[in-house]
Amino acid sequence: MKSKSKEPKPISEFQLALNNFKRNRLAHFCVYLLLALYGMAVFADFLSPYSFENESRQYSYSPPTPIHIIHEGKMTAPFVYGIEFHYDENRKRVFEMDKTKKFPIQLFQTGDEYKLFGVIPCRYHFFGVPEPGRMYLMGADSRGRDLFSRILYGARVSLSIGLIGVLISFSIGLLVGGIAGYYGGGIDNILMRICEMFMLVPGFYLLLALRAAVPDDFNSVQVYFAIVIILSFIGWASLARIIRGMCLSLREREYVLAAKAIGLSDLAIILKHILPHTLSYSIFAVMLSIPGYILGESALSLIGLGIQDPYASWGNLLSDAMSIVRIKFAPWILWPAFFIFLTVICFNIIGDALRDSLDPMLKKAA
Amino acid sequence: MLLGISLLTFILMRLSPGNFLDTIRLDPQISEETVDHYKTLYQLDKPVLWQFVHWIKNLLKGELGYSFYFNVPVSRIISDRLFNTFILSFASFLITWLIAIPLGIAAALHRNKFMDRVIQFFSYVCLSLPSFFLAMVFLFLASQTGILPLGGMYSPRFDDLNLLGKATDLFLHLVIPALALSLGGIASLQRIMRGNMLEVLGQQYILSARAKGLPENRVVYSHALRNAINPLITLLGYEFSALLSGAALIEIICSWPGLGSLMLTAVRSKDIYLVMANMLLGGVLFIIGNLLADILLAKVDPRIRYEK
Repeated sequence: MKSKSKEPKPISEFQLALNNFKRNRLAHFCVYLLLALYGMAVFADFLSPYSFENESRQYSYSPPTPIHIIHEGKMTAPFVYGIEFHYDENRKRVFEMDKTKKFPIQLFQTGDEYKLFGVIPCRYHFFGVPEPGRMYLMGADSRGRDLFSRILYGARVSLSIGLIGVLISFSIGLLVGGIAGYYGGGIDNILMRICEMFMLVPGFYLLLALRAAVPDDFNSVQVYFAIVIILSFIGWASLARIIRGMCLSLREREYVLAAKAIGLSDLAIILKHILPHTLSYSIFAVMLSIPGYILGESALSLIGLGIQDPYASWGNLLSDAMSIVRIKFAPWILWPAFFIFLTVICFNIIGDALRDSLDPMLKKAA
Repeated sequence: MLLGISLLTFILMRLSPGNFLDTIRLDPQISEETVDHYKTLYQLDKPVLWQFVHWIKNLLKGELGYSFYFNVPVSRIISDRLFNTFILSFASFLITWLIAIPLGIAAALHRNKFMDRVIQFFSYVCLSLPSFFLAMVFLFLASQTGILPLGGMYSPRFDDLNLLGKATDLFLHLVIPALALSLGGIASLQRIMRGNMLEVLGQQYILSARAKGLPENRVVYSHALRNAINPLITLLGYEFSALLSGAALIEIICSWPGLGSLMLTAVRSKDIYLVMANMLLGGVLFIIGNLLADILLAKVDPRIRYEK
């Protein structure tokens, strides 16, 4: 490896892997896309024009509002027209633009109150239209709530569940795998049998059974955490098995013997000297398993066992599309699926790229 | 192992608030005596662990218990549903393997060329599309065009059809759920196949096979393929469990009367014995899948047999 600085710096393995990773432009792009998605989730209440429960039922399933810049032949700042509707012969609502009413889109429009970062009360939204105008960037749902705003709020649930879930299940998986691999023998046997028990049942069945144990009177925050815990409960076993396999060979290394010789406790050896060597595997395993959590939450919410209305998650937004007829006259209710897809494909591409770039290290560890 | 699963499920179900007895108590048609009868039959007034032991005893006698929701013995419902799920899983399994393996081989042979790129692109897309979304879109397309039936397993006039008509009817209903279930599997299996094939093609014996002037077809299909496919067979067992799990969601969306949708109903109505039987069956199917995979592997790969 040539370095341009005068003193050639030694390049650590991680830097090497990072350099490899940076060469993959597609993965690089996905990293930024994901950051943008997570940014969207963090600033959801500022970026969205309405709060997630702001409803106006007369605009049920209103189509996406087109944004215009030409009014009566003249260019103006972006604006939307008022929304009107009448019933057709089947008592179905037909939405039309009311060209006499014009609502300019304004930046930092005041609207529903929210708490920025959960503390600072604030009424400003990044953009919006003044009352009584309404703007549906991605259409409205059955209660006339803005789908775009709800997707942003839903991102909070759907995206964070992946991160928290992975954090929990990987800490369990690493620890169990580390202990089983380090001690071997009887402990290994018992722990691995427990792991197999979890791997034996089809995941979705286990998901449903676990969900059944959650009390019905939980509020939405409690349900959220219940789902995270359930999902990580299912995910840890397969990781633990792989980590155990790696630890079985790692514990034979000389430095482990050295650590034992200087009197380190077993737990310290596992945490400080063995598990870090499984890091390169864990990193891309994390990336590739996050989609599983996101999809798991979506699936649960989709069939009505996850996050409940009025709170939004991408899965429960999609549950509207469960009745197929609705897709026909309101195709925009499929938008959340697009966001799920985008997130999942990003994680997959990054995970693959990481695996490729960490590969030389993996070969060394194995 | 199966005992462990059962115990876990049992405890989970008992943890959940309210039980089926409360539900049937609300039904004015069911007398208090019946409730008491059930109570003594399943020893529901005893501690949880004892109930579990009781259940296991019955299980060994071949009794899976009684479904309070459907009002029939659990075994009756399960056997019907098992068959339906089996049809769906088997169809999806066939589609997956029949498409993924040739695709993987083709991609490996045209490595980094246009064809490989196209296949890899589509498999990324398919891998990242949630299967439930695919099912929805397929159902929607079917509703627009009217070629395929929308969900369910039989047409209303199914009973009037002759055998051929019945088969066609079933097949038409099968297309959407099976396709939705397979696409993700095709994508991942194809990638594994491609990776294996590339690895094998880089081996020395392939070089020597080429050097001695074997036709390329024989090199690829009889030398490389046989070695590349072995790891896939080990995967088969695990695939089976994943398939069941994926099938459950698709069943619910396409209203296919299989084990998955049964499980949802059972969990919702807190029908404890039905849930237990379902979980147990899931575990058993998984073990059978793995067993079959092992036997198949021993058949295909003689090295494994000789070692023992």
